Amino acid sequence: MNWIKQLWLRRRLYDDLDQEIAFHLQEKIDELVAGGMPIKEAEAAARRDFGNLELVRETAREAWGWRWLEDFSGDVRFGARMLRKSPSFTIVAMLTIAIGIAANTAVFSVVNSVVLKPLNYPKAEELVALHQIAPGAEGLADFEAGLLLSPSMYFTYSEHNRTFQSLGVWVSGAANVTGLGAPEQVRIVSVSDGVFEALSVPPALGRWLSHADQEPNGPGRVLLSYGYWQRRFGGERGVIGRIIDVDSHAREIVGVMPQGFRVVDIDFDLAVPLSFDRGKVILSGFGFHGIGRLKPNVTMAEANADLTGLLPVWMDSWSNGPKTDSHIFEAWKITPLIRPLKQEVIGNVGELLWVVMGTIGVVLLIACANVTNLLLVRVEARQQELAVRTALGASMMRIVRGLLVESIMLGLLGGLAGMGIAYAGVRFLVAMGPSNLPRLNEIAIDGRTLAFTLLLSVLSGLFFGLIPALKYAEPRSGSALQSLGRSISASRERHRARNLVVIGQLAMALVLLVSAGLMIRTFAALRKVDPGFSDPRHLQVMRVSIPESLITGPEQVTRAQNAILDRLSAIQGVKSVGFASAMPMEGFDSSWDEIYAEGKDYSNTIFPPMRLYKYVSPDFLRTAGTRLVAGRELTWREVYTQRPVVMISENLAKELWGTPAAAIGKHVREFSFVPWHEVIGVVQDVHETGVQEKTPEIVYWPTLMSDLHGPGPLDAVRVVTFAIRSERAGTESFLNEVRDAVWFVNSNLPLASVRTMQDVYDKSMARTSFTLVMLGIAGAMALALGIIGIYGVMSYTVSQRQREIGIRLALGAARGDVLRMVLEQGARLALVGVAIGIGAGLVLTRLLRHLLFGVSVYDPLTFAAVSSLLLLVASLACYLPARRATLVDPVVAIRYE
Amino acid sequence: MTKETQRDLFPGALEMMILRTLKRQPLHGYALAQHIKRMSQDTLQIEEGSLYPALQRLLKREFVKAGWGTSSTNRRVRIYKLTAAGAKHLEDEVSSFERMLEGITRVLAPEKS
Repeated sequence: MNWIKQLWLRRRLYDDLDQEIAFHLQEKIDELVAGGMPIKEAEAAARRDFGNLELVRETAREAWGWRWLEDFSGDVRFGARMLRKSPSFTIVAMLTIAIGIAANTAVFSVVNSVVLKPLNYPKAEELVALHQIAPGAEGLADFEAGLLLSPSMYFTYSEHNRTFQSLGVWVSGAANVTGLGAPEQVRIVSVSDGVFEALSVPPALGRWLSHADQEPNGPGRVLLSYGYWQRRFGGERGVIGRIIDVDSHAREIVGVMPQGFRVVDIDFDLAVPLSFDRGKVILSGFGFHGIGRLKPNVTMAEANADLTGLLPVWMDSWSNGPKTDSHIFEAWKITPLIRPLKQEVIGNVGELLWVVMGTIGVVLLIACANVTNLLLVRVEARQQELAVRTALGASMMRIVRGLLVESIMLGLLGGLAGMGIAYAGVRFLVAMGPSNLPRLNEIAIDGRTLAFTLLLSVLSGLFFGLIPALKYAEPRSGSALQSLGRSISASRERHRARNLVVIGQLAMALVLLVSAGLMIRTFAALRKVDPGFSDPRHLQVMRVSIPESLITGPEQVTRAQNAILDRLSAIQGVKSVGFASAMPMEGFDSSWDEIYAEGKDYSNTIFPPMRLYKYVSPDFLRTAGTRLVAGRELTWREVYTQRPVVMISENLAKELWGTPAAAIGKHVREFSFVPWHEVIGVVQDVHETGVQEKTPEIVYWPTLMSDLHGPGPLDAVRVVTFAIRSERAGTESFLNEVRDAVWFVNSNLPLASVRTMQDVYDKSMARTSFTLVMLGIAGAMALALGIIGIYGVMSYTVSQRQREIGIRLALGAARGDVLRMVLEQGARLALVGVAIGIGAGLVLTRLLRHLLFGVSVYDPLTFAAVSSLLLLVASLACYLPARRATLVDPVVAIRYE
Repeated sequence: MTKETQRDLFPGALEMMILRTLKRQPLHGYALAQHIKRMSQDTLQIEEGSLYPALQRLLKREFVKAGWGTSSTNRRVRIYKLTAAGAKHLEDEVSSFERMLEGITRVLAPEKS
């Protein structure tokens, strides 16, 4: 009979036993009666001969070894009765724990969904991002993404590798879909052969994009996302084979991907094949993200070695055009450094989430400490009950276990209530989370989160139950039965545990408040940074792309953009307008290239340093509020006559020629074999990649040039962000007029990313503000709990010392002395707590160093301010009980008890 | 307790006697008690009730089996039966008990003579 089955049968076995015993007694009685004994006597005799009925039952049951279980259920029943008996204690303790656990559950569900769960692909552990670095290429080091792959690299890697099951490259972007009602700009992802094979998620309908779909001049094909399929086709199954116009290029729908499918972290509408023309591919063009699926049992190091070995093959197989040296890239020191795809997706957000998790965990500790103190008081009040139980034969172990069961039940109750709050908390977190939080759509409370909550509840129960239980188990000098409630004053020892708990609470609260304070200082420092544009709230931005299929000639593109500017500036309330290849902080892949400056010697370097470059229209920089430091902005005349002019940033001007003014009239060029461009203006530095990042050196080209992408025919930038400076920015009526203005020029042009610059700015600060809010909440909770803790302890102490205080007063102590005495005691606790907190803070805040900006982790101001705040509030919390102590009437106090 | 000169049996003695009794024939608890009492001619002071914890222990170790049957008085009753394992256990216990008894007797014998 196995153990579980026995457990099921337990009830029946007990019934059997009872029946059997009843039978025994009945037989005996019958026999005695038959022998002539009166029935009453016979019953008594039968029982006497049988022995202690209860004891027999108990020992018989014990044979099955369920004693522990029965004791346990007894403990549970008793615990439940005790909790029910003091509902106010139970509710306060439960709520305290519930809030702590709810916060932890909510944050854990985010950590779990974002950091811990594997990506949503089959065998996701085999997936890697083909990350590589190029330490020899100056400027490129600024790329967080490292060096992306070029098409020729993709060909080499995918055709010659020996360590990958499949491998491909992809890039995300936007495209216009026409012919399905209003023109719409959609998010597209362009993928090479190998990407879908690597991700291995079967399509919901139809098929993947195939190798044949990559042919440069083949028939156009497209794959839909589930969302787009539902939105535009209502989930109609007959959609396969239909033709849609993507950037005015007819494409046949071959399949639909399932719900929730993403290419790495890109939530796309359409997937189209990348079609590289083998004949035209060169070495450069490092603009594609690589992804691969390793063969089983291949390590990353082996794969890295494999790819590293292919780099010479790559340089031998392709070139950058006639008369160029393929091996110049050796100087770049390109190093494949593949990493798990998950790391690519979640980036550095994991660290942030763990910091939040840690702080919220500390809040739970503080909450537990409060409950510990409540329980300590309770155990003291229950000494008599416990002493009686001991006297009746309960062992120490049994009582300690009973107390622990009670507190674990309290923890579980709190956890249960916390679960409910956590559901709301998760929604709050998702809404609050940085908008660029990866895997946002996957955040949910799952089995693992529930298990975590359960574990946390039990652990908190154990945690706050252990100290009171152990304290009870301590050997006592006198008999608890007698001495109880008769103490004259508070013995030092009686309060030691509670004082220690309060000190711990205050120390933890200080650490959290200092962290929150450092984030506030960071936030303030960030707000003070001049981002390089002004008054973002009144700067409307939107993205418009003009595909080749819509307007062919480059100059016509610029003229259309110019016409849009004219219409926009005619809108009422518009002060100025302009456009650029991207606004600062917009997050579009920035472009970098080597820039040659006139009069500089580049003979001892293979490449001049890489610089960020952007394309701007006349008036753009004025519209954005980027200050002109020297010279002037470019003009439309210069654009249309293709005068070789350029503007540069202040830091670049200083680096090259010493002062901004000295740069005017000098020349730079992008390639060594194109005409020089004259520097006509120098503008202030701009925080292109976010206020936390350093300002890059920037070159601003006109948008219409013959050497836009190296020497070649005239070309124009087709995808640009328009900036409109107006008090009306962001209002509905204004946006309608803006749309009409664009559509007046060409009704097929869709608008995308319509927002104010403030949104862009806030989004770039999202990480900091999220951390700030989370630490702020944690700090506020910690402060509140800590204050409640010290208030509770001081009140209790005062109530215990009523009699002593009464005697003191009767003997002539001034009320001021009593006040000071109590306050001093509270202040001592607070001071010790703060001192320990400062010590711990100096160590722990170092964990925040990557999240801070413009403030040291040891910032004395924050530490001093938080310490004084905590001391002040703690003294206030002590003042109320202290005042109550002075109001004690000596006569009443002495008669008390 | 009524009898003052009660003497505890050594652990396992009661079980041994139960097994020995059941070896002869399956019995219910009451009959077992009566039988042991009768056979020992009341020299052993056994509370009748103490039989049941012993029976439960034997059940747990699967030395006896129990099934519901009818008593001679036509009542529903649980009847115990020796299992093969029980028989084996009895043999081992009896032989070890006999060795022990022999030892004790030897120690006690010289005093008497």
